Amino acid sequence: MTEATKDSEFVDFAVTARKYKTLLTKKFINRKEWETPNPNNIKSYIPGTIIELNVKPGQKVKQGELLLRLEAMKMQNRIDMPFDGIIKSVNVNVGEKIPKNFLMIEIE
Amino acid sequence: MSLQKDILELREKKAIYEKGGGDTAIEKQMAMGKLTARQRILALLDEHSFQEYDLFVEHEERNFGMDKKTLHGDGVITGIGTMFGEPVCIYAQDFTVMGGSLGLKHARKITKIMDHALKMKVPCIGINDSGGARIQEGIGALAGYGEIFYRNTMASGVIPQISVILGPCAGGAVYSPALTDFVFVVENISKMFITGPGVIESVLGEVISQEELGGARIHAEITGNAHFYAQSEFDCFDQIKKLISLLPASNTKRAAKVEPKVPSLKKQIGQIIPQDPKKPYDVRDVIRAVVDDSDFFEVQELFAPNIVIGFARLNGDTVGFVANQPLYLAGVLDCDSSDKAARFIRFCDSFNIPLITLEDMPGYLPGVDQEHAGVIRHGAKVLYAYSEATVPKVTVILRKAYGGGYIAMNSRHLGADFVFALPSAEIAVMGPEGAANIIFAKEIKEAADPDAMRAAKVQEYVDKFANPFVAAAKGYIDAVIEPNETRNLLINTLSVSKDKDDYRPEKKHGIPPF
Repeated sequence: MTEATKDSEFVDFAVTARKYKTLLTKKFINRKEWETPNPNNIKSYIPGTIIELNVKPGQKVKQGELLLRLEAMKMQNRIDMPFDGIIKSVNVNVGEKIPKNFLMIEIE
Repeated sequence: MSLQKDILELREKKAIYEKGGGDTAIEKQMAMGKLTARQRILALLDEHSFQEYDLFVEHEERNFGMDKKTLHGDGVITGIGTMFGEPVCIYAQDFTVMGGSLGLKHARKITKIMDHALKMKVPCIGINDSGGARIQEGIGALAGYGEIFYRNTMASGVIPQISVILGPCAGGAVYSPALTDFVFVVENISKMFITGPGVIESVLGEVISQEELGGARIHAEITGNAHFYAQSEFDCFDQIKKLISLLPASNTKRAAKVEPKVPSLKKQIGQIIPQDPKKPYDVRDVIRAVVDDSDFFEVQELFAPNIVIGFARLNGDTVGFVANQPLYLAGVLDCDSSDKAARFIRFCDSFNIPLITLEDMPGYLPGVDQEHAGVIRHGAKVLYAYSEATVPKVTVILRKAYGGGYIAMNSRHLGADFVFALPSAEIAVMGPEGAANIIFAKEIKEAADPDAMRAAKVQEYVDKFANPFVAAAKGYIDAVIEPNETRNLLINTLSVSKDKDDYRPEKKHGIPPF
């Protein structure tokens, strides 16, 4: 990595106002870029299984009503409507296993 | 002649027990590309030095048909021996005996040898190769793990503790290595995880191989759980021996002094470091240019490579190096590199190993991921570790020393004993571009040609502040030195501080930002 490193392998890397020539690490390249969360998107905060689904697209739902139950680590977690609104789409089915950050429900 | 008969019987019995799980199990172990527990111990220790303890210990479990099972040595080999003539305590889990599974007696053999190591003040080496808790023994196995972890903690900072992962090490078992000072892994052989791929897939639906989840490379590069990574068991044993040769046997001793050697690397520091602060170089070359025989033994080479840590010898004495690495991520401090440096500093401080810090860093890594990952509390560990350390602490500022990074990297203000700077050092509150943008914001904005004005103001800042003399004028650095003076100065500082005595207030223990 030392002698063999060619100048062309270095990238510009900005720290405050200045750019440095350097190499990147695998971990840095694979880091997650920040996205501002969209409150209309209901994503899974933990991987698990959908064990109950209470809403359909087009349905009007009031704040605090149960949207679905997500079972994870032997715990049945309630996923509630965050505010009054209309369901735009439902992307999960009962019995489905989903990963973390999966877009389960979209609100209009 | 009856004693002679007894001796022959003992030999026969030992020969059977020493085979662990027997020939078939040994063949299976070899087929997996692994050495047996006994071969491993014999390969690590000086010839004929191994004295085994507790070969005839038997488990006491009576449920699930276990009363009819004889487990030779209860799946672990323990004992004492020497490395380079110096005593060590050692244990190796024997995968050929019921998968090296840990039952209460197995654990008690381990805790006995750990107690012995702590009492005799000698290093303890543990070789892990175990399927995990022996389920038949129920909470007896859990009790066993707990008793090991307790002893790992008691021995921490008193004797060097080394873990070698030469097989699976899963579930609670991983916490013993995690509590020890150095973890060694070998490609394709080591596997460490809390929950294995099977559980992860059944609970979460995530499919991953053992190797991808917790193989040697993952722990050496991504998690930072491992400190040394080798391609084969024999390479791994060489690394362990080298490490042991650099360390004292306990916190009441100093590492053995060896015959001093001059650096073999013929490159001069002045040729290694580019003048342009934006250009990278390998800071390990600077270390090699100053240490005995240019022999630098790096720790956690693959993890957070933006900081370099490791051991070397200066004039025959062991020293620990912490150095920013401009080659990776411009040498910034971030969560991982802070954790890596802080733990190493505390190890050196515990074991009377002087610390040499080579500084060339532009600051902390900007980014939402870093802030949200807690770079504040991770970064604070470095400040804590340096401030707390009472071993001789020397800093050489090679080039950039900006802002919080300047303070963190063993500055005078955190208690450094000696701070030197090369003429290329830039000690300032931030990089000239950033500083000029803030201080001269109005002038730049109102100028007919803002870019030209900015360039002029940046140059003005460089001329005035991007040098070592502002800090030197305030006494924050002791001397501005020529690159070629570095080795001799470092040797002098160590000889001056041999009997260093530093006051610390009495306390039960501090509360570092874990």
